[in-house]
Amino acid sequence: MRLEPIANPALTRRLGLPALALAGTVVIASLLAMIAGAQPFSVLGLILNGAFGSKFATLETLNRATPLIFTGLAVAVAFKARLWNIGAEAQLYMGAVVTVVLGTGALAWPSAALLPLIALAAMLAGALVLLVPTFLKTRFGVDEVVTTLLLNFVVLLWVSMLLEGPLKDPMGLGWPKSARLIEEARLPRIIDGLRLHWGFGLALISAAVVWVIQRRTTLGYEMRAVGLNAEAARFAGIPVNATLIKTALLSGGLAALAGFSEVSGLKGSLTLDISPGFGYTGIIVAMLALLNPLGVVVAALFVAGIFVGADSMSRAAGVPTYLADIMLAVALLLMVLAIMLTKFRVRRG
Amino acid sequence: MPVTTAPIVLRLDRITKRFGALTANDAISFELQQGEVIALLGENGAGKTTLMNILFGHYTPDEGSVEVFGQPLPPGNPRAALEAGVGMVHQHFTLADNMSVLENIVLGTAPLWRPGFGRAAARRRIKDLMQDYGLRVDMEAQVGALSVGERQRVEILKALYREARILILDEPTAVLTPQETDDLFATMRRAVARGLSVIFISHKLHEVTAISSRVVVLRHGRLVAEARTADTDAAQLAQMMVGAEVAAPQVRQANPGALRVSLRAVTTPDRGSAPGLKAVDLDLRAGQITGLAGVSGNGQAALADLIGGLIAPASGALHISDAPVTGWSPRAALAARIARIPEDRHKTGTIADFDLTENAVLELYARPPFSRRGWMNWRAARDFAQNIISGYDVRCPGPETRIRLLSGGNMQKLILGRVLETTPDVVLANQPVRGLDIGALTYVHEQLLAARDRGAAVLLISEDLDEVTALADVIHVISEGRMSPAFDRGALSVAELGVWMAGEGFDHAA
Repeated sequence: MRLEPIANPALTRRLGLPALALAGTVVIASLLAMIAGAQPFSVLGLILNGAFGSKFATLETLNRATPLIFTGLAVAVAFKARLWNIGAEAQLYMGAVVTVVLGTGALAWPSAALLPLIALAAMLAGALVLLVPTFLKTRFGVDEVVTTLLLNFVVLLWVSMLLEGPLKDPMGLGWPKSARLIEEARLPRIIDGLRLHWGFGLALISAAVVWVIQRRTTLGYEMRAVGLNAEAARFAGIPVNATLIKTALLSGGLAALAGFSEVSGLKGSLTLDISPGFGYTGIIVAMLALLNPLGVVVAALFVAGIFVGADSMSRAAGVPTYLADIMLAVALLLMVLAIMLTKFRVRRG
Repeated sequence: MPVTTAPIVLRLDRITKRFGALTANDAISFELQQGEVIALLGENGAGKTTLMNILFGHYTPDEGSVEVFGQPLPPGNPRAALEAGVGMVHQHFTLADNMSVLENIVLGTAPLWRPGFGRAAARRRIKDLMQDYGLRVDMEAQVGALSVGERQRVEILKALYREARILILDEPTAVLTPQETDDLFATMRRAVARGLSVIFISHKLHEVTAISSRVVVLRHGRLVAEARTADTDAAQLAQMMVGAEVAAPQVRQANPGALRVSLRAVTTPDRGSAPGLKAVDLDLRAGQITGLAGVSGNGQAALADLIGGLIAPASGALHISDAPVTGWSPRAALAARIARIPEDRHKTGTIADFDLTENAVLELYARPPFSRRGWMNWRAARDFAQNIISGYDVRCPGPETRIRLLSGGNMQKLILGRVLETTPDVVLANQPVRGLDIGALTYVHEQLLAARDRGAAVLLISEDLDEVTALADVIHVISEGRMSPAFDRGALSVAELGVWMAGEGFDHAA
């Protein structure tokens, strides 16, 4: 067997194969549900129902999708320029820490001034965390996969230290938990009475902004050129290292917004479990979206839907929620396979 | 053409291999005798490596057959080639870095997971081989820690350990220092003295004349000459290698003007086996084509990178229009109105997955009208691409076509249009017609001449001597990073240029 590159894949191939990948995910998930002793299609129905079946469920899914849109965008932006940012988790926590530091009463500003300030400061902190590995990469050729991945643990331990020390809530009964944000530092709800905050709106705006940057600006052109062929980019006079640095700033900032949005919009305070791996899941989201910023929104809704739906499915059908993790893993593997098969044809001999 | 009556060990019979429209090997036949070194000579892309990959079973030939020791060799089967006694040392080594020398040599001949696997016996045999062939390597050293020369010795030992009777060395000296090359030649002489036969692939002429008994020359996939090394010389070989099929375009008298680029005693670092520049002096004048002849890998890449802005001189001075350069970079070169046609249009000149529009503005995107304050103006870019497409006859479905779908000639025309539309002061053309068909080739040459007549200083770097003599108003020859003096068109014969290319004129001149 060998692989033969396809010069110009047809549209049916480029759209059909990812669709097939999703269909394959459904089939495999059904088989697994059967093994777990449930009716296969009822399980899928329960997941769908649990994710989008009611207003409450839909809002829950949108809330869950919000941080995934941010981290998915962060990863998509970086991967597009071949900057392998595996550290969205760390950047998310940096954003969350800054939100708590500035939002628990240190600044008594009105909401309209305080929220943008916190968001910008959070982005800056996330950007700085990614800047260090990027600098090591451009300057010394250090592999950023390793450094960004390991920084996740460093930052998480540092946050843990903060929550046991300076950021610990004195009223928290000893739990490692920060004080609550003041009301001015909370992202308001989009519609009164509905549990959906403006973080979701900010995520949608971010996706649109990233799309515009990539398609319409010189920076986006540079990022795509560097990602596709750094040697040709350098020859043509594109500042490759500066482009990578700018990409890192954007990517780190987007991931940090996930932390800002979770603390300010949803939780109101910082705990160590604020992210159940949103940074890592962002990689899956970005890959499922084929690194397209608008696709990230769709992929994040898909992934969030599976997680939220699996929770309620588990309660109703008695199938473990781990099915959600398996579905995501299968979806990712099949999507990667589909991407490869859009670019290559398998030939025998 | 047997010169002695030694038995024939290898016979290639009308080997033909096509890759799409390209015929890499066109009915090539020759014979190898026991105890001789045949040099297989040819430019990049002449088909040497393809031919050896067929012999070793990596490729299946479309036509023709291979016979080893009188037995036909089944095509496309490396194991059969190994068992028949053919051993190959590739240009890029195939060793496991994390294993010892001994394990690498034995790998594939004995199951390594068995404790001991006859280590002692293997060690004894390798020791004998080392002694017999004058190959010294520490058997217990990890391959990852070895120098390139040592790794090559391990590769040769690997072949000998498998009882190879025919050794194929694919450009073995490309990665060696002169001292290591001498050692390799000593090993090769011992090997032939012990009755082995060697095929030595190279395009370094002095090495070919030093070690081989016969020479086979390939050009564009064809066997164009076969001779006893004693009956020929480096200059003649150079001529055979580069051939004489470039049709001379109508060259009008040049009208040289101001000095646009000058190099004074410029030295750049060596890069691996390829030499950098060694105290090079060079002047490029407006309205003149300066041709740079030389065998591949003698410092041309360093010169192109220097003028193109990718590297700065390590010592010496580079002046553009009489001003010394500071902060030299690709952007600075573009700002100095230097148009660059890179050697590798696929890897360096274009971005395969960008469309024609995006590729057309690759060097210009940062300035108006293509962008303002960081915002791209795609309409202006598309118009520019459309201009190039019609003005330079780029055959394509439209500016939205991804450039990977274009033929090499059309890709080159786009690059040509991209750089010439800016009416540059200097044109750096590095192998501008390599791999192009005759139509595209003539077109590129006409455009270079037109640029000259508009007053540009053109530097034409080519491994094709006839291209240089046909187009250039003055000619330099580069060899081992050293630059010959300037020769006027027609001042030297091809044979005399060949002598310079072989690196022989410099000592007298210096």
